[in-house]
Amino acid sequence: MSSPAVRIYNLGFTYPREPVSCFSNLNLEVQEGERFGLFGPNGAGKTTLMNCMTGLLQFQEGSIQLLGNEIAHHKKSVNKLFGFVPQDFSFYQELSPAENLAFFGAWSGLNKIEIRNKTAELLEVLGLTEVRNKKVQEFSGGMKRRVNLAIGVIHNPRILFLDEPTVGVDVHTRHAIISYLKELNEGGTTLIYTSHQLSEAEELCNKVALIDDGKIIAHDTLSRLMIEHKEDGLEGLFINLTGKSYRDS
Amino acid sequence: MFKLWSTILKDVRILTRDQLGLIFMFVMPIVLAVVITAVQNSTFEMLNTNTVPMLICNRDTGEAGKQMEAAITKVGMFDLKQVTPNVTDKEISDRMHAKDAVIAIIIPADFTQKLKQKSDATAKKALHSFGMQTESARIDTGSVQPITLLYHPVLQESFRHSIQGALRSALQVVQNKEVLKSIYFSLNETALPDSLEQDLMNSQVGINEIPVSRDGSRNIPNASQHNVPAWTVFAMFFVVISLGGSVVREKLNGSFIRLKTLPTNYLVALISKQLSYLFVTFVQAAVVFSIGIWLFPSMGLPKLNLPSDLTGVIIVTLICGWCAVSYAIMIGVFAKTQEQANGIGAVSIVLMAAVGGLLVPSFAMPDSFQVVMKMSPLHWCLEAYYGLFLEGGTLKDVIVNIIPLLGITLTIQLITIYGLKRKNLI
Repeated sequence: MSSPAVRIYNLGFTYPREPVSCFSNLNLEVQEGERFGLFGPNGAGKTTLMNCMTGLLQFQEGSIQLLGNEIAHHKKSVNKLFGFVPQDFSFYQELSPAENLAFFGAWSGLNKIEIRNKTAELLEVLGLTEVRNKKVQEFSGGMKRRVNLAIGVIHNPRILFLDEPTVGVDVHTRHAIISYLKELNEGGTTLIYTSHQLSEAEELCNKVALIDDGKIIAHDTLSRLMIEHKEDGLEGLFINLTGKSYRDS
Repeated sequence: MFKLWSTILKDVRILTRDQLGLIFMFVMPIVLAVVITAVQNSTFEMLNTNTVPMLICNRDTGEAGKQMEAAITKVGMFDLKQVTPNVTDKEISDRMHAKDAVIAIIIPADFTQKLKQKSDATAKKALHSFGMQTESARIDTGSVQPITLLYHPVLQESFRHSIQGALRSALQVVQNKEVLKSIYFSLNETALPDSLEQDLMNSQVGINEIPVSRDGSRNIPNASQHNVPAWTVFAMFFVVISLGGSVVREKLNGSFIRLKTLPTNYLVALISKQLSYLFVTFVQAAVVFSIGIWLFPSMGLPKLNLPSDLTGVIIVTLICGWCAVSYAIMIGVFAKTQEQANGIGAVSIVLMAAVGGLLVPSFAMPDSFQVVMKMSPLHWCLEAYYGLFLEGGTLKDVIVNIIPLLGITLTIQLITIYGLKRKNLI
């Protein structure tokens, strides 16, 4: 039997100089090929968990395995397995999309020919061919989002972490991004996605987990969760399980 | 290697698109070298070839006053403008405020008489000590009213001291002449013959100036030899504005986050930045040196003479550049914002330049600053360049400056790696 895409076992994490743990004995599994959505109110721990999974934060207890490989201690070899699309634009605005892809492709371990082929493919799929040589700083927010996504997938990762990949974009760009993500998933890439766009999440995710106060409070397919909690959508389910009070005040 | 090459390409692209940064890195050293050399050269010329306007008010009607005027003229440093004796001190000050002259000298009315009295007393005392006069001598030390020197407050202290030195020398000539005349008269009861007076007064031994160069050449270093290497070092370290800012921008704009999730060590990025900006500092030096060699003469400035050991110049330039680049990266790693990097970077470089001997010669530093001075990388860069440019040395001669510079550079690198590890960036 193959390893799950992500296996989190008894995870414990506390931020430095913080008296309270962010996670304690947290367990979670995401199977290969899933389109997994991680949701929760502000401050629930979504981004922290994603940062632990991508090695950006070093956790103190437990383990995280990506496709059977331990992520602890920032092992660079494991980083080939996944791609990351952060919420912030994480590229060089002074460079063009092609130049950004050339640089990040090299850092992802691709050779010159692979970079050339993959760049052409991604720019075409994401509608950036026309502007391939323009500086990204001249782009609209939607175009920058697409560049951000393209960089995250240039090395054909088996797992793709997406932190609010469609925030601040128009309907057309959102539709294009979601369609592309589904395409990637059909090609075998496991998606691990967080967002506050719950309607979008309903469209994309086949498995969801709700996190609140550092704990997983629900984890199943969306349809089963809705039946169990007698809700007809993710938004209702979200309010039902996490309450109505503000979390970031 | 492909990763490093791609990173260098990325850094060079970003660098060449930062036009303001490029202007700052290349125009600033040129402007600094030209302006400072021109200023220092004109000061040098003012002291050595040009004359300083001086008002002279001779209220004395005797010979000594005239001799004093002649002696001042002979110094060759002043452009004398006569002021009639009846002009008041206040009127002289007003003329100085109107920039007629930056200095004025007032010879008091009884200068000849009092100087003669004093000279006679000195002569008598001398003769008495030789046992040639029985009458005991009395020297009336307070009898000569001093010559008044008025100077404009804009005059720098060092310049004022050199003027004072020249005037003292002129005054000494007049006084000596009077003492000689008096002794001669006491011995011979006739006046000192003019020919003997000329022989005695003009028998001063000359001074032969020889620069102590390592290569045995006797070329006197000019303002360009001093300033061009000094301000090139300063400019090299000012890459902190572009490079330190670039490291901070990378940290803040999220690229760092992405880089950390990729299967490549961030040290590749650091090596790339060092190589790219090392090239920049090398080109900076090449541009400024070229301007010193080919453009300075057409601007009326002394030509920069390259040392005979060109390999030494290249190696020293590379090591200075490496130290400058390492320092800039360290500032970028520790700074939290671009403003912090720019502010701390610029101020620290000016301070290190000041204590390192760029603004004040290192030999003139107080003892308490000698230890601090040796901690400044700019000091060692400057000493290495001066060893080549001013002393005519070779790489072997400046190795004593290169070793501490390399030590400081390695320390900076270690601090940078510590900072990156502490911030979980590598």
